[in-house]
This record gives sequence, C-alpha cells and structure tokens, in this order.
Amino acid sequence: MVALSPDLRPGRLQGDRSHRARRLGLFLALLLAVVAVVSLGWGASGTSLARAVSDLLAGRELAVQDRVVLMDIRLPRVLMGIFVGASLAVSGAVMQGLFRNPLADPGIVGVSSGASLGAILAIVLGSTLPAGIAAFFGWYLVPVAAFAGGWLTTMALYRIATRRGRTSVATMLLAGIALGAIMAALSGLVILRANDRELRDLTFWGLGSLAGANWPKLLAGAPIMALALLYAPWLARGLNALALGEAAAGHVGIRVQKVKNRAILTVAAATGAAVAVSGGIGFVGIVVPHLLRLASGPDHRWLLVNSALLGAVTLLLADMVSRTVIAPAELPIGIVTAVMGGPFFLWILLRNRGGLDL
Amino acid sequence: MKRLALALVLLAGQAAAEDQPEAQRVLSLGGSVTEIVYALGEEARLIGRDTTSNWPPEANALPDVGYVRALSPEGVLSVAPDLIIAEDGAGPPEAVAVLQSAGVAFVSVAERYDAEGVLDKVDAVAEALGVPDKGRALHDKLAAELQAALGRAQAVGEPKKVLFVLSLQGGRVMAGGADTAADGIIRLAGAQNAMPGVQGYKPVTDEAVIAAAPDVILMMRRGDEQADADANGGSSHTAAKQAVLAMPALAQTPAGRAGAVVMMDGLKLLGFGPRTGEAAVELHDLIYAGS
Repeated sequence: MVALSPDLRPGRLQGDRSHRARRLGLFLALLLAVVAVVSLGWGASGTSLARAVSDLLAGRELAVQDRVVLMDIRLPRVLMGIFVGASLAVSGAVMQGLFRNPLADPGIVGVSSGASLGAILAIVLGSTLPAGIAAFFGWYLVPVAAFAGGWLTTMALYRIATRRGRTSVATMLLAGIALGAIMAALSGLVILRANDRELRDLTFWGLGSLAGANWPKLLAGAPIMALALLYAPWLARGLNALALGEAAAGHVGIRVQKVKNRAILTVAAATGAAVAVSGGIGFVGIVVPHLLRLASGPDHRWLLVNSALLGAVTLLLADMVSRTVIAPAELPIGIVTAVMGGPFFLWILLRNRGGLDL
Repeated sequence: MKRLALALVLLAGQAAAEDQPEAQRVLSLGGSVTEIVYALGEEARLIGRDTTSNWPPEANALPDVGYVRALSPEGVLSVAPDLIIAEDGAGPPEAVAVLQSAGVAFVSVAERYDAEGVLDKVDAVAEALGVPDKGRALHDKLAAELQAALGRAQAVGEPKKVLFVLSLQGGRVMAGGADTAADGIIRLAGAQNAMPGVQGYKPVTDEAVIAAAPDVILMMRRGDEQADADANGGSSHTAAKQAVLAMPALAQTPAGRAGAVVMMDGLKLLGFGPRTGEAAVELHDLIYAGS
C-alpha cells in the first residue's frame, strides 16, 4: 500500500469518530431535555405549562383539571416515553452487537412473542379469573402477564441454546424463530376464545400506546428499565470485542459467556418491562442504533449511551404526534413510529448505501 | 378484573352524576347512547362523541374522541366535558380513573341485547341527563314500538333460520353466534339464529354453514352500499350480495339457492338503541317478504 493520507490512519480515524460520538451524545442529551419540556407543554387540552409554572411561582393553586393534565397525565407519560424509548433502542443495540447481525432486535430472544402471549392471555382470560386474583392485580394484570411471558420465554430460549455452559448464538436465533411460531400459535388459540371487545383490545395493545401511562405503572416498570439501562454501558467493551468473533474476543481476554449471559438478561428486563407498560412499539430498536452507527461508528461505548438518548427523543416526538394529530382522539404510537420512521430510514439507507456493510 | 373496576367506576360515576343533574357539557360514548341523547332531544348539550357514534348524521359534526375502548384521557379532557355517558366497557380503566380524578362525572350504561335492554338504556341516559319526563315519554314510545315488533314475531308460525355474517374475509364466514347483538335482533324479528352453538362472533367452517342450513343470510350494509341502496329506492341488489352468493358454501344453503340475502345498516341493526323496534320490524318484513 502507498503511504496513507493522515486522515485515514487507523488511530486518527478512531479518535475522530469517538470525538464525534461524544459531541453527538452531548447534543442528544440537550435535545432530550428540550423535547421533554416541550412535550410536557404539548397536548390536546388547553393546559399550558408556562401558565402553570407562573401560577405556581406566584403561589397560586392550580385548577384541578390543569393539575390532573400536567401531573397525572403528561408527566408520567413523558417519563414513560423516555424510559420505554431508551429501553427499546438500547435493547436493539445490544442484540445487534451480540448477534453481530444488523437485523437483530429484541424480538429474537423471544421477549416480544412471549410478552404478547402473556398480554393476550390476560386480556382474554382475565375476566374468568377468580375475583380475588383479579382484584389483587387490578389493571396491572396485563402488564404483569406480559412481563412474565417475556421473561419465561427468554429464559426457556436461553436454556435451550446453552450446552455445557456455552450459549450458542446461532441456536438461540433458530430456536427463537421456532418458539416465536409456537407462541403465535398459542396466541391464535386464545384469540379464538375472545369476544369482539377483547379482539379490539388486543388490536390496540399490539399497536402500542403511552396513553395508559400513570404513576403506578411507571413506578412498576421504570425501576426495571432504569437498572437495565444503567447496566448496559458495562457491556460495551465485551460487545466491541465480540464484533471480532467469539474466539477472537476470548483471545483478547473477554469472558464471552459472561457477556452473553448479561446481555441477554439486560435485554429481557428492558424489553419485557417496556412491552409490558406500553404494548408493542416497533421500529425504534432497529432504526435508532443504525442511525447512530451511520453517524458516529459502531463503538459500543458511545453507541449504547447515544441509543438510549436518541431512543427517548424519538419516542417522545412520536408520542407528541400520536396525541395531537387526530385530537381529541389518539393515533396508536406504533403507527406513528412506523409511518415516520419507515420512509426516513429508507432515505438514510439510500443515501448511505456504500457505507452500510456493518 | 375489568368488570369489578367498572362496577366501582359505575357506582362512583352515578354518585357524582346525582350531585350535578344540570351537566351542560355532555360527552357521549357509544353509538346507541348518542342515538338516545338525540332521541331525548338533548343534543344541544352534547360536546363530543366517540368513533362508533355516527347516527344521526348530525352527530358526525361533533369532535370525535376516538374509539370507546381506547380513550386518551387528555383528549377527552380537551373537549371539557362535565358529564360522560358511556356504554358498558368504555375504557381503558386507567383512563376512566384519571377522568374521575379530574372531577368529571362518569356514568356507565349497561348493554343487553333484548327489548328490556333498550328501555333500561333509555332510562339510564335520561336519568344521567336529569330529564325524567322526556325519558318516560321516549321509554313509552319505544316500548310500544318494541311491543309491536314482538307482536309480529309471535305471530310467526314457523320461525326461519337466519345466519348473520359479520364478514367474509379471506373466504371465511365470520358468523354471529349466541350472546351477540345479531342474535338479539334476529329473535326480536321473530326468527331463529342459525348458529346457536357458537359463542360470540367466530369464523365457522364451510361445512358448518351448510349444516346450519339458514333460510336467510343477514349482513351489515357498508356506508357506500347504503348510498347505493338509497339511490335505487332501497333495493339491496348490490355487488356485495352477488359476492355472498358466489361463495360456494353459502350458495349451497337454502338461503343461497333462494337468493335470500338481507342487508341492513349496521348501527341500526345491532345498536340496540332507539331504532331497534323499527329495525326489528324492518328485518321481520325482509325475512318474511316472500311468505
């Protein structure tokens, strides 16, 4: 090879990109703060954040409706959007790193199919449960069932793919497809028992929504998502090494099996909790990490943090559209993420076709 | 779980409604509830509706707060209701709880698919609106209409078997079984449901359709077909009817051989609201037109 031009020296290139990723992270953090505040002041009703704040500063009591809209509807919803968006995007990034496959998403570890089955069971059979159990869970029944379904499926898949302490990523992928088919079939069986109202509930659950956000749900789901999100950056070094292949990662001193275990647990917790509180919201887990890889490279040290930030921003923006575009009714957010995200993603892909071989 | 939550909601809602009989900004959720509000002549107090409320046509001009089972609390609050009258099953329960914490009275109206059910609904809506006199008048009028329909129904010697087809998606018949509004209106019209062994709306096999041997096939007419039918002086010889008769399983039945396909407006047929007596008579006449 001829002498490399200064800009293309590996060290320099690496440095440039990590610098860029750091600046991007700062920008995304600021953007998230701005979007969160705008989102609090944004909604179908006439409640204004500025007016409420000035009222509070002047020591005046808020009107009941303004208080309910701000404190019981918008605030839990914005926080839920941040946690769910960040969880979905980080789960996507971790899965893509673990499977070394740009098409991997949390669905592959069975979380989504298991969670759907749990939710469907709760929606359809919930009314046949003994009254004591039903009353104990209240409206937590669907989220709890979804979380349990996702968790159990992931653990089953993990057991299937692990032999003599070693987890085969390929087996997990294939078994995930088989388990997914079984879950879909069981869901179909349960759906046959559903009446038309329950069918409508299922449809809306599948499209996803943050409309059900309230404090109890947030307090149930957010701690799990927060733990998974806080832990994720510790996976970065392992995932970076795994990009070289499992054997090479082992040679550079990474305990591959440990990284795999923890990555799967993290994804199961983050996605399970997110799906449980907000239903099926697609697309964020695939699009967000890809955009960031195109913008600032595949280094997981920044990719995971930036995915969390951009995932939260994306979901908040989508939710703002979802709750105002056909106000006073609401568009399910899964439709918004797909309709806005799909064409945008295609456009990015077409512009960057050359640099896409991840 | 949901039923329990709703029962609590119902109790709380009624208590709140009694405190303020003069609610002036009423949000109506559910097609039949909205129809009843109009039939009571109280439409001036309506400030919003849900997606299923599209009769009378004027109702479509009201702001639509979305599907009655998937309400968005802030969307509902944005039309600033002081009373919400909802058909059974409005929700989700989280949304209803938030609305109540914002001080909006919430009244849930029970749904049953028979003549009594219609009259109870009228009473409940009239009570929630604080118009007992108008409520009694409408109750008596509808009771007379329903009585007339029942009279015709009882005069039938040998009830015909009617198969309600909700949809024909993918070449599969989605039939109306027991405990459905379709079952209720078929009885009121003096006929019998051809699929009594099925619970709810379910896809049924072609063989089950042939074995049920319906004398008449009943379907909902879509909006555009309604306009067609109006243009043709009520004739329901539409493309949809041809499509039904082209299905081998349906063509094999007595109904298929006789071309006995009846189409009616969906909300009128299945709404169990003020038009149910009328719908039962209309359906009766369509079913027994030949005999």
